Amino acid sequence: MAETIIYMENVTVNFSGFKALKEVSFYVDRGELRFLIGPNGAGKTTLLDVICGKVKPEKGRVIFGDSLDICRLSEYRIARAGISRKFQTPSVFSNLTVFENMEIALKKNTGVLSSLLHSLNSADTDRIFSVLKKVGLKEKSNQKAGFLSHGEKQWLELAMTIMQEPKLLLVDEPVAGMTGRERIRTGEILMEIANDRSVIVVEHDMNFVQRFARKVTVLHEGQIICEGSFDRVKNDPVVIDVYLGRGGEVDSHALN
Amino acid sequence: MSIEIILSQVFNGLSLSSILLLIGLGLSITFGIMGVINFAHGEFLMIGAYTAYVLQKVFIGHDSGTYFLFSLPLAFLVAGGIGFVMEKSLIRFLYGRPYESILATWGLSLILQQLARNIFGANNVEVTAPEWLRGGITLMKGLQLPYNRLFIMAIAVLCVAGMYIYLYKSTGGRRMRAVMQNRDMSACMGIKTRSVDSLTFAIGCGLAGVAGSAVSLLGSIGPSTGQNYIIDAFMVVVLGGVGNLAGTIAGAIMIGIASPVFEFITTSSMGKVIVFALVIIFLQWKPSGLFALKTRTLD
Amino acid sequence: MKRNWSYIIAAIALLLLPLVLSDFRLNLLGKFLTFAIVAVAIDLIWGYTGILSLGHGVFFSLGAYCMGMYLKLQAEELPDFMMWSGLEEVPWFWKPFQHFWFALPMAIIIPAVFAMLIGIPTFRAGIRGVYFSILTQALALVVSIFFIGQQPYTGGTNGITNFQDILGYSLSEASTMRGLYIITVVVLIIIFLLSRWLVSTKTGRVLIAIRDGENRLKFLGYNTSVFKVGVFALSAAIAGLAGALFVPQVGIISPSMMGILPSVEMAIWVAVGGRGTLSGAVIGTLVVNFAKSYLSETFPDVWLYFLGALFIGVVLFFPQGIVGVFEKISKRRKAQHCLVAGEEQV
Repeated sequence: MAETIIYMENVTVNFSGFKALKEVSFYVDRGELRFLIGPNGAGKTTLLDVICGKVKPEKGRVIFGDSLDICRLSEYRIARAGISRKFQTPSVFSNLTVFENMEIALKKNTGVLSSLLHSLNSADTDRIFSVLKKVGLKEKSNQKAGFLSHGEKQWLELAMTIMQEPKLLLVDEPVAGMTGRERIRTGEILMEIANDRSVIVVEHDMNFVQRFARKVTVLHEGQIICEGSFDRVKNDPVVIDVYLGRGGEVDSHALN
Repeated sequence: MSIEIILSQVFNGLSLSSILLLIGLGLSITFGIMGVINFAHGEFLMIGAYTAYVLQKVFIGHDSGTYFLFSLPLAFLVAGGIGFVMEKSLIRFLYGRPYESILATWGLSLILQQLARNIFGANNVEVTAPEWLRGGITLMKGLQLPYNRLFIMAIAVLCVAGMYIYLYKSTGGRRMRAVMQNRDMSACMGIKTRSVDSLTFAIGCGLAGVAGSAVSLLGSIGPSTGQNYIIDAFMVVVLGGVGNLAGTIAGAIMIGIASPVFEFITTSSMGKVIVFALVIIFLQWKPSGLFALKTRTLD
Repeated sequence: MKRNWSYIIAAIALLLLPLVLSDFRLNLLGKFLTFAIVAVAIDLIWGYTGILSLGHGVFFSLGAYCMGMYLKLQAEELPDFMMWSGLEEVPWFWKPFQHFWFALPMAIIIPAVFAMLIGIPTFRAGIRGVYFSILTQALALVVSIFFIGQQPYTGGTNGITNFQDILGYSLSEASTMRGLYIITVVVLIIIFLLSRWLVSTKTGRVLIAIRDGENRLKFLGYNTSVFKVGVFALSAAIAGLAGALFVPQVGIISPSMMGILPSVEMAIWVAVGGRGTLSGAVIGTLVVNFAKSYLSETFPDVWLYFLGALFIGVVLFFPQGIVGVFEKISKRRKAQHCLVAGEEQV
């Protein structure tokens, strides 16, 4: 089972002189649910950016699956290859309805000509509604996405990534700005998604991480400083020193 | 083609660069700081040019040698003052709406041109260059560097140096850069972003006014004088990257030299086509301009 | 449904106008309707996709020049301006244009191909937003200067004029003009319906998604630059077709139609009508142009002030344009109806 889906070796990312990632090597197995934690500016989001092609590394290589070299592909090709990204701030198409957002996310007829003649069959429609039901947005399918609440937008975006049926899903701080109940619901949705694919989650909320994480990677100043089970990471002296020991970020995000 | 001719084209190019630089600075800063594309910026150049013209009329018969020195600061004040009023009355409603600002400032530009036509007539007028700006330095046979073009370059260097000192060494400039980088945060820190905006816009227009006064040395001026420079000035901003002094300088030098050189080698219309094609090719390599910072934001 | 009825009534009215309007007015309206076709094209790319092109005058004129070349070769064996420039023979690239059935498709194909040549490098390099607008504006300037500079081949500043007949029908006959008017109306209706169909397909929703969040769309597996090149080329093709209809009705095409001012004016027609609504594009074009022809005839000096004020006023006070204002009013009226009904119940 333990086949590698992301194989990242010696990756360095340079933002006009600021090194957001320094020689990072990072591996994720197929079917794994991995959490990335670390203080602000540690490079967590940049790591996701590299995997989904938004940022091209200065050095190093990233292989997806068996042999796909991600650094050479444009964003849309990476997405078509099966890597899907949920951004930190909700980014849905606000002038389209919830249903239309889902239709766009459906991996079908994404070319110019094919989209002209595209029509949904009943299986597609059923699937859209079943996913919308899963995230609790079925009743709002005809509403413009711009009118959804913050939490609902996050769920819609998650639902859109589910529609993509990715092999690897990248999720950036899914519960930021959510209430306690919304957080639990989001966690459950994520666990369900993780059942049949690999997921990498960036999260600050330690209670959320403790509750759902199996394996955790800690980043600090562009480097990986620790990796392992949550308990191991929690008791690591270096991690305590640079991150957990600072307390603030952990307590303020406590679950209700 | 002899080397002197090429050199004199490059020299002409550098004086065009100086004018584009003075216009481009204002364009680049107003776009960087307020997200406003000001298509009426060329008309502030025109205002500066007419200021020189009016001043000359007033001084005629008196001391026609030194009047021009007055026209530079006066053009700065007049164009800057009108710019300040425009910012207060119109531009501030356009913040962060670049598309709309294109259309609205284009409208403003039409109105200002028509005003100039009604006040000064549709025909171009001449500003006679003062005695001491005629002639030039002869470097070698066939290569003369005219004083008026040297003078324009000196003005541009002075203005850029002044702008640099203001932006990077003064409190006002630090505020301006702070607003450019993060408007909301600056407001929270107690910076009056509104007055920074008005001042910035006024300075940008003032610089265009100085450029206008300089342009009047090169040939006749008219209501559409600004139009002759505005598109090139925008190319400067596109090449150099927005809100960035070094980029604007580099862009101005590139466009300023490339235009006359290619126009000379081919024809005036072909030269423009080549420069435009080169800009497009250049953007393949650096899509967000020469000196754009790579940042970590999504859009 | 109510809206569909008003479209049908408007179409029938346009088709019946030749019965009541004078030849002069009809000709003017025909010209404005070709502008309306361009406005629909601009609305597709600006209103729906969020890309403001300030170079549509170029595409319109390219189409117009193709048709102008045909008309000129119908009138004279060797066009007058070529003779003045010392050409003794029609240049090779002019020759095929003596055939109508070559010139007409070229009036569509050449603008589309040209738009692709501009669109592919710029969109692929990720140039977007106002940078694209600025580049298209520079394009308008450069191409118009180029056309002025190529006097022997383009007629220079004067452009191409002095036409006689089209497909054997004399252009000085009122009946030909009426025919051209009817064709223009039919083309406008077809383009309007085609655009409406396009925005109702998934492609249309993808275009709106590009406007709302192009980056997001890329991460959903869409090659957005292909969509943008496609809609830009389509828009240019429609503008070219409009240009081809413009020339025989107006009798001249010159670089003054392709420069910056006409190109920006085209965008303002759409803004005045209400961008993102196809009917708005048509209404805005007609309103602005009738105002222009009235004002520029009656008070030539005032016209530019008016145009300038219009640019500013639309942006500041009516960002949704005429259609937006009407929608607001009808919504308010509906709300009032509900209120009144509610009070009666009490």
